[in-house]
Amino acid sequence: MNPPRATGQGTAGATTQAPGQGPGPRSPRYSHWWLARQAGVAVLVVLVYWWASAGIEFNVDRLLRGLGQLWTITRQMFYQPGPDWNYFPTVFEGLVESFNIALLGTTLAAVLAIPFGFLAATNLAGRTGAAVGKLCLNAIRAFPELLLAIVFMRGVGPGAFAGILAIGIHSIGMLGKLYAEVVEAIDRQPVEALQAAGANRLLTAWYAIVPQVLPDFASYAIYRFEINVRAATVVGLVGAGGIGKSLYFQLLAWDWSKVGLILLSIIVAVSVVDYLSATIRSRIV
Amino acid sequence: MTSGSGARPLPRPPAKGPVTLAALGMVVLYIWALRRTDVSPVDFFWGIPDMADLFRRMWPPVWSYIPEMVGPLLETVQIAILGTTLGAVAAAPISVLAARNVSRVRAVYLVARTVLNVIRTLPDLLLAAVFAIAVGIGALPGVMALAVFSFGIIAKLTSETVEAIDPGPLEALQATGANRSLMVHYAVVPQVLPQFVAYCLYVFEINIRVATVLGLVGAGGIGMWLYRDINLLRYKYAAAIILAVFLVVVIIDAVSTRLRERLI
Repeated sequence: MNPPRATGQGTAGATTQAPGQGPGPRSPRYSHWWLARQAGVAVLVVLVYWWASAGIEFNVDRLLRGLGQLWTITRQMFYQPGPDWNYFPTVFEGLVESFNIALLGTTLAAVLAIPFGFLAATNLAGRTGAAVGKLCLNAIRAFPELLLAIVFMRGVGPGAFAGILAIGIHSIGMLGKLYAEVVEAIDRQPVEALQAAGANRLLTAWYAIVPQVLPDFASYAIYRFEINVRAATVVGLVGAGGIGKSLYFQLLAWDWSKVGLILLSIIVAVSVVDYLSATIRSRIV
Repeated sequence: MTSGSGARPLPRPPAKGPVTLAALGMVVLYIWALRRTDVSPVDFFWGIPDMADLFRRMWPPVWSYIPEMVGPLLETVQIAILGTTLGAVAAAPISVLAARNVSRVRAVYLVARTVLNVIRTLPDLLLAAVFAIAVGIGALPGVMALAVFSFGIIAKLTSETVEAIDPGPLEALQATGANRSLMVHYAVVPQVLPQFVAYCLYVFEINIRVATVLGLVGAGGIGMWLYRDINLLRYKYAAAIILAVFLVVVIIDAVSTRLRERLI
């Protein structure tokens, strides 16, 4: 039987190790300092929650009332009168548009992230270069899709294209970071072999690096596609196309049976996409 | 290259047929997708001046507006804290039920798994929009949406961790005749607690980012002010908000990542 892994909280073993030295950092169980720290953390946690719930006038009563309202509406959405199936053609149209937004947005990001992936990899761009590249990627990621969608709508008008651009640009952040990690993990030997044979940089990249990183790049892009399918159902709420647009109108109209149908369709569609995507990914890598 | 008698044959190149077919399928899919959506690079290039103009009108940001926005920013953080916590509290018991090795009743396990899978299909902002209309605009729908979303992820990740625990302590407790709740308390909780807290922090980082845009769908936080300023064409004010949000997100990310690294 494997012994359980030793953890920071010292037990009998730790106390016998240094009997004369008093409580060291490894046997903190009975030290006053440790107790004081625990108490301090506990007080801090309580204060943070007190602050958080007071700040937004959040209390159990309000929460319970909200849950009650939600229960009534959920009943209207799924039980009585239940989903409005006559509305399904519109919903289907919206889902297809969301799918397309996710597909094209992810593709845009998957391509644009490639240079970032190489520029942010320590083994290719050097320490400073990689740090700058990662900083750029973090900055890109910091702007949420919805905000970008609003900006792009100023340029190309409301509709699916704005959603594609928003999702495409935002996804570069995460994909670029993951790509860089893939590039950092490549095997140097093929590169050296090609260099020894006198290949130029382009040929080295094409024959030694691309084949190594392509499956992982593709796998991450498909994973991001799963995330983006969800995002593509949301961007419509601000006017950037997809099923979110229909949801927005039906929410404002308080038409809960149509909202119910939309939610139900999204659940089914996203589950199907998740399943397919996971299957494809498991075959690639 | 040597084709000696005992040499292994060269690996055969993969079959071309399926790959070509898949590639063809992808091309058709892309053409269809491009035709169905109103993608047009021409529109994009014509739109560049408009977008550039937007950025020009954002500069310089109204710095004096930032002190006014401290309240809404704090509200955003509070929404994220409460949402994550409520989700985590609800996730703790479910993640044990959704773990195959601890949840002995198969029906319970399957129901818990299915519920978690369904919840994770719904994006947080979608939930926020529905909740905002259902319970009224404000911070409450934001907290509720983040709670549901956090519940889904934390429970999924934790249940996977529970499934990967060392079975030794479980078996030992079972051998002493301990009941189910004692087993969970003494064999499961100590093994997964650090991971669980790390997951909560990770989800908190996601939630902070989401909380900044919850207001765009009416669910409280700084996003409400941002949306108002954008709609009123007060771009210089909006720019100040965006920069302030950026700063807060970066700081909280850094702190949370530090904490997570210390945990595991």
